[in-house]
Amino acid sequence: MPYKLTKRSFVIKGMHCASCVRVTERALKKTPGVTDAVVNLATQKAMVTYDEDNCTQEQLANSIAKTGYTLELEQKGETVIQEEKKKELQILRNKVVISLGLGFLIFWGSFPVLMETAPAILRNFFVQLLLATPVQFWAGQEFYRATIPALKHRTANMDTLVALGTTVAYFYSAFVTFFPQVIMNLGMDPMPYFDVAVIVIGLILLGRYFEAKAKAGTSQAIKKLIGLQAKTARVLRQAPSFAGASKGRQDKLIEVDIPIDQVQIGDIIRVRPGEKIPVDGIITVGESSIDESMITGESIPIDKTKGDTVVGATMNKSGTFTYKATKVGNETMLAQIIKLVEEAQGSKAPIQRLADVVSSYFVPVVIMLAFLTFGVWYIFGPQPSFLFAMLNTVAVLIIACPCAMGLATPTAIMVGTGIGAEHGILIKDAESLETAHKINTIIFDKTGTLTKGKPEVTDIISLNKTNKDEILKLAASIEKGSEHSLAEAIVKEAEKQKLVLNKVEGFKAIAGYGVEGLLEKNQLFLGNRRLMNKENVSVASYNSEITRLEGGGKTVMMLAINRKLAGLIAVADTVKDSAKEGVAQLQKLGIEVVMITGDNEKTAQAIAKQVGVNRVLAEVLPDQKELEIRKIQKEGKKVAMVGDGINDAPALTAADVGIAMGTGTDVAIEAADITLINKDLKSVASAIELSKKTMRTIKLNLIWAFGYNIILIPVAMGILYPFFGILLNPILASVAMATSSISVVSNSLLPKRFKINYDN
Amino acid sequence: MDKILVGLFSVAGMFFTYWFFLMKKEDVISVTDSVDITVEGGYSPNIISISLGKTIKINFFRKDPSSCLEEVVLGDFKIRKYLPLNQKITIEVTAKEKGEFAFTCGMGMFHGKIVVSD
Repeated sequence: MPYKLTKRSFVIKGMHCASCVRVTERALKKTPGVTDAVVNLATQKAMVTYDEDNCTQEQLANSIAKTGYTLELEQKGETVIQEEKKKELQILRNKVVISLGLGFLIFWGSFPVLMETAPAILRNFFVQLLLATPVQFWAGQEFYRATIPALKHRTANMDTLVALGTTVAYFYSAFVTFFPQVIMNLGMDPMPYFDVAVIVIGLILLGRYFEAKAKAGTSQAIKKLIGLQAKTARVLRQAPSFAGASKGRQDKLIEVDIPIDQVQIGDIIRVRPGEKIPVDGIITVGESSIDESMITGESIPIDKTKGDTVVGATMNKSGTFTYKATKVGNETMLAQIIKLVEEAQGSKAPIQRLADVVSSYFVPVVIMLAFLTFGVWYIFGPQPSFLFAMLNTVAVLIIACPCAMGLATPTAIMVGTGIGAEHGILIKDAESLETAHKINTIIFDKTGTLTKGKPEVTDIISLNKTNKDEILKLAASIEKGSEHSLAEAIVKEAEKQKLVLNKVEGFKAIAGYGVEGLLEKNQLFLGNRRLMNKENVSVASYNSEITRLEGGGKTVMMLAINRKLAGLIAVADTVKDSAKEGVAQLQKLGIEVVMITGDNEKTAQAIAKQVGVNRVLAEVLPDQKELEIRKIQKEGKKVAMVGDGINDAPALTAADVGIAMGTGTDVAIEAADITLINKDLKSVASAIELSKKTMRTIKLNLIWAFGYNIILIPVAMGILYPFFGILLNPILASVAMATSSISVVSNSLLPKRFKINYDN
Repeated sequence: MDKILVGLFSVAGMFFTYWFFLMKKEDVISVTDSVDITVEGGYSPNIISISLGKTIKINFFRKDPSSCLEEVVLGDFKIRKYLPLNQKITIEVTAKEKGEFAFTCGMGMFHGKIVVSD
């Protein structure tokens, strides 16, 4: 009987059928140390029970490899990684407390005036050596563990500098402790500097502790997104049939809770109020109000019914419904968003290039400056020149902070893209985020972007005693048989008003004119001016009304009852509720807003007026949009194009920044630099503002990081000494160093307070 | 006399540092399928060469506890990956265009590169 059994799940790649399952299961079971193995074809996973003392994961992988499949060794899950990180932080905290505690005791026993108040034991150099040694080699171990292999590869980083600096201080002090006479013979006071070594290590570790905590905040967005995922899905499955069961019984569906990764396309899933929607799909039965704020940033729940799409990870508020899964696993919108944000956070902003170049030369240059400092102070410095030379060299090694430069850009990008994702603003990469802050012209596509893209009834005017509802009812009754998009708008409006439609006889559609039919012995005509002229219906008395509506970019449908004009119904592609404010917000940011459309000048101008756009590019064919963008770019403008991302792909690509609105489809994400998953036009301004804010943070970080090193390294070298007698104590240098990278990370976290409000 | 010696030591130290860190010869490893990169005091190997159009697997194995190396960034491939200690992390990279593409630690201090050629 095996002694220590472990049960683990592994992914097996390359399986296609039940025989694959048998082959892999047999291979696993034959591996020495394995007591059981169950392979699941649907999940492509193997659950293996084995004795860890007699069987390794590599052996399992080899067994599977021999059968022609691949067993992927288990990777640590997010929770395990988090646990490990937590443990590392705890160890770090203990090291900080012990180092600073011991550092304080040494400082008390060695600092000139303070030491007189210290117990005699603390003033003993051997005791100080005893207190300093664990800090130097236990707490400071990580500096050595990073430095030694780095030196083997002839590379260096910040750890190298700290290890060099503190080692010099520690070994000089140890030498003083054991051979004070030698130091005295050289004309120097035999004072050790254990406090420098120990407190520097303590403070740098303290800085690292806070930095690690702050850095965790920069990647919160991804963790939050991953956390949104539902764990299980309630799938409807056929109840197992049994002998003698009636047909109805056989058709009965039962609910089965299954892990989310086992949901397959086509599965019917039931969702109850207050439950998370597991994967993307289309509602088949029922209706509900769904909170999609976690994906789109829109705070108001959306009513959905049969035929509407639902997005995985959103929250079902009120009703129970069933839906058909259309996208699972890596295909869901949430998975796409996570992938996009991960990619954006892994990309590099052009502004980072300089920091990258400097970082790669930084540490060697600082070590060279340390040699220079030592030589110059020893040769030209006051007595005791060796001490001055040593302490200033240590200060130079300690003050240099390449971390701040390395962290300046990526932390800000991570926070910026993360905030965006939380509000439905998906940024493709760091470069797009950087370019977006320079945008001074935004071109909006009209249909489907500024407008809803679907014609709606905007005005119903009664021209006799018939009331408006009756006009709509008659129009909808006659249009019910028509397939024209304008007819669809009228029928939809009547359904919205819950009007009961009548049956029309003798329906006839006259292409280019309108429709006609008989209703309760009344002859009805619904159509344009040409139809009225053709049927000798006089419209002369209402010409001004019709012209007014047409001037507003609307299509006017006239209803005649028994050849007398009874009412007008205006249909138009209405502008989105957020359009006017969205445009105004951009104009407030000093951005010129342009509208581009294939519509005629009159309609285009009417819509432009409604939303407050001053510059209109009308009658532009779809394939000419790209050309128009290039023309504006030639004016010296940085152009962003906002479109639906599907029909506008070439235009989006041609623009400096392509923004796709109200979609999360692969095509849109591919073509756009920024994808706005919500349909709120105010988020265009939010995206630009977010970019400006992130760039401000990056610039401030870089100024700080470069400025800090450029100013303080010469100060540590003693450049101020000849003029003001100022030198930088290595302990103060370590305080400055520790705070510098914390300030950069904290500054990057500041935009987290940036508020994106869609309801203002 | 001691000042001359220290002066010489200081200058020699600067030259040595320059030579040691900035003039090292880089070994290029040609990769066709997959490569194991040990993350310890840098990346070993730190320069890999692949052919245009090839997709390779890079297996990073971090042995170094330094927080500097806990992330690897392949900026041109939009990849930033956390490398848990003592665990193999595989990253797939497709060489879509010719050139040199750097990979660095999270803070940009340790470097490696992927050279893509015909």
